[in-house]
Amino acid sequence: MLRIEYADYEALRAHGEETYPNECCGVLLGKNVLGQGDGTAGANHVQQIVRAGNTRTDSAHNRYNIAPQELVKIQRQARGLGLDIVGFYHSHPDHPARWSATDFAEAHWLGCSYIITSVEHGKAATTNSFLLVGTAEDDKRFEDEAIEIMIAHSIPESGAHNQKGQA
Amino acid sequence: MKIHIPTPLRAYTGGLETVSISGATVDAVFHQLTSQYPDIKQHLFTADGKLRSFVNVYLNDEDIRYLDGKQETAVTESDELTIIPSIAGGMRS
Repeated sequence: MLRIEYADYEALRAHGEETYPNECCGVLLGKNVLGQGDGTAGANHVQQIVRAGNTRTDSAHNRYNIAPQELVKIQRQARGLGLDIVGFYHSHPDHPARWSATDFAEAHWLGCSYIITSVEHGKAATTNSFLLVGTAEDDKRFEDEAIEIMIAHSIPESGAHNQKGQA
Repeated sequence: MKIHIPTPLRAYTGGLETVSISGATVDAVFHQLTSQYPDIKQHLFTADGKLRSFVNVYLNDEDIRYLDGKQETAVTESDELTIIPSIAGGMRS
């Protein structure tokens, strides 16, 4: 499961609208919280999102790439905050929010969440998350991942005011 | 020197984000890293010992593929290596 605050969720969707008709991309910083030992799966808790530039200016409407140099800086930033890179996001302009063969082939961060937002005619539509599972390149696969959207930071996590949303 | 490990590969370094490894060159540090943490090796290198194409390694702020000495580049204790797999994709198949 992916847990993200409403403001961050909206911000990554807005990023896709801003870069339309090109793809946007960014990094999710947070913590992976292990399962409780009762059969529940672990979860990636997003605490901050970082916008990244798309270096694929040759084909930005249907490809994205984050410069490794920028990733090194983002990883350093995460370390300074006591956070980890727990996932990434990008947009699919006028295309469904499902992973493509390219998304899968170029996904290498096992255990991380890959969020995709479809942007239809400039407006963010559906947002889905996919968890890259497996132990190595030859057995990796994407699994659909539920998104839990936290409405207010100050309310305890178990509070009844939280709205669970699976986009 | 310090080596920063990306989230997916920490499973092979006992959960450590940063490991300290000694060595005179990038290559020597890699050898020491993979002998200390053998399970990480297949995730970084192909069967014939080449760095996997999607694995980027930075010596401080320089991609080691573009260093004059490549993996033979000399390093000091105060240098830092960052291992960072690539992030890319897109809707076009």
